Amino acid sequence: MSEFLAMGGHGLYVWLAYGLSFAVLAALGLRPLVVRRRIVANARHGAGGGAGARQA
Amino acid sequence: MGRFTTWLHRMGSPRWFFDLSRPWLVGFLVVGLTLLTVGTVWGLGFAPPDYQQGDSYRIIYVHVPSAHLAEALYVAMGVAGIVVLVWRMKLADMFVAVTAPVGMAITGIALLTGAIWGRPTWGAWWVWDARTTSVLVLFFLYVGIVALRQAIPRADQAGRAAAILAIVGTVNVPIIKYSVDWWLTLHQPASITFTAAPAMPPSMWVPLLINFVGFYSLVAAFVVAGLRNEVLQREADAQWVRDWLGRAT
Repeated sequence: MSEFLAMGGHGLYVWLAYGLSFAVLAALGLRPLVVRRRIVANARHGAGGGAGARQA
Repeated sequence: MGRFTTWLHRMGSPRWFFDLSRPWLVGFLVVGLTLLTVGTVWGLGFAPPDYQQGDSYRIIYVHVPSAHLAEALYVAMGVAGIVVLVWRMKLADMFVAVTAPVGMAITGIALLTGAIWGRPTWGAWWVWDARTTSVLVLFFLYVGIVALRQAIPRADQAGRAAAILAIVGTVNVPIIKYSVDWWLTLHQPASITFTAAPAMPPSMWVPLLINFVGFYSLVAAFVVAGLRNEVLQREADAQWVRDWLGRAT
């Protein structure tokens, strides 16, 4: 296992590259969820003809 | 109106897109997450080490798919830009708006993983060769489109300006692609092409192919999700959106 993590001495580079990649992908995937929640929340609070929703 | 134009307008109807796109979103998401998991576990744990680079080459499984996707997204945005200028299609303008920040982030992944791979391989985080420089230009083109849309208050003008930059910027994409052939670059040329046998064994390139499709599929899901939100926001005054939101809340 530690051999796997060490990646032949290149562990830092390999894991950093994968960690950053998947962190960015996760952020890209979360963003539409947050925006969607805001749109629905604005609609629920009766933003009045969608003016509030448009800001989201 | 020609049949093509009729089809374009139907395709470009935000409501039509919204009504149909939910299954696409789910499909892309499931396929993308599955393939990325398989390709990444395979690439990190089971693909053999490279005879020259050892294990650092495993960065290829995130670097090449993200770099390729960064270019493809830009081309798609350029095509959408033409549709915006010629046919004034709302959905194409929404596509440019949604894709620009996503493409910027994916180009960021390509640059970051490239820098991290460069350190043990070339001995430097960054080199100014034709490939790395043209990808940095791609990144700034995405930044430019995001910034233009935010800086111009009138939506139609912002849309046209972003569309023009998207179209003009596509000139950079063939430069990125052929930079490794046209100039003497530190960056290696493509290991896998349509025209020749891959320069690596199947145990190395199959996981690469899997992650490749996985990246495309997952990001397609993100773009569809972003577009659906964009439709809800921009069509907020339409009765069908109010009805839909009324059911969602």
